[in-house]
Amino acid sequence: MNMAELQKKLLAAARANPPSDTVPYGFEERILAQLAAKPGFDILAAWNRILWKAAAPSVAITLLFGAWTRFAQRTDTSPETLAADLENSLYLPFDNSTETW
Amino acid sequence: MPDSATVERTDAELIAAVLDGDPASFEPLLKRYQPRVFATARRYARRESEVEDIVQEVFLKAFHKLRGFRGDAPFEHWLMRLAVRTCYDFLRAHQRSREMSFADFTDEETEWLDRFVANPADASENAAAARELVDKVLAQLSPAARMVITLLEIEDRSVKEVAALTGWSVPVVKIRAFRARAQMRKCLEKLSREKYL
Repeated sequence: MNMAELQKKLLAAARANPPSDTVPYGFEERILAQLAAKPGFDILAAWNRILWKAAAPSVAITLLFGAWTRFAQRTDTSPETLAADLENSLYLPFDNSTETW
Repeated sequence: MPDSATVERTDAELIAAVLDGDPASFEPLLKRYQPRVFATARRYARRESEVEDIVQEVFLKAFHKLRGFRGDAPFEHWLMRLAVRTCYDFLRAHQRSREMSFADFTDEETEWLDRFVANPADASENAAAARELVDKVLAQLSPAARMVITLLEIEDRSVKEVAALTGWSVPVVKIRAFRARAQMRKCLEKLSREKYL
């Protein structure tokens, strides 16, 4: 049997007979009734929407604070400031003369 | 001057009205395009109840996703893309694994095949048996193969159009078309071996 010819013939048969485009009576009413029905509240979908909406602002805030922290650290890490901080921390117990015990 | 009620509103006007909160404006769109969507759905589903379910899903999706329609292509193209993708989902969900055998053919279908074997020119493609036969062969194909054969070979669309409708890239459509033709030929060969060898 010539398979290529059979395939061609069957595809020609499908082309020659397009499906009907008739619409069942009252079909549009069925769709419109479905559209008019109020959809139920989907808590998971709502939560999903909120998370997606919050994603971009969260990333922006993280980047902003990251940059600010980095910048702030750079300005405070001068050797003098570090030395003064260390000295203050070490001598803090001796400076506290109000302690009576 | 024509009465405003009798003037047919364009797709763009109707869509704008729906988006402005008037769902009733969706009805003319539904009436305008439901025959095309029904014809598309009938290519992939045999039972009328399945066809109706597909069409219903297409229009419900269209209504809910209408805000996503950008208007840079006609509404009909957008809707048909939605219809084709819904049909593909239907095919994937209803994939049948049972293999076809000659026992599944009616007497008329077997007769048509016998006529084709005796003399291919005698087997008319307009015969109802040929129509039924091709439906059964297509039902044996994988969802992607059936989709690509239907769009490319039966609806005579270009590779680019198929790519736009399915959302696949052009090379993917070409590869799937090649595999689909081979799959169909294999299916026919298996049947012919069973009967004629």
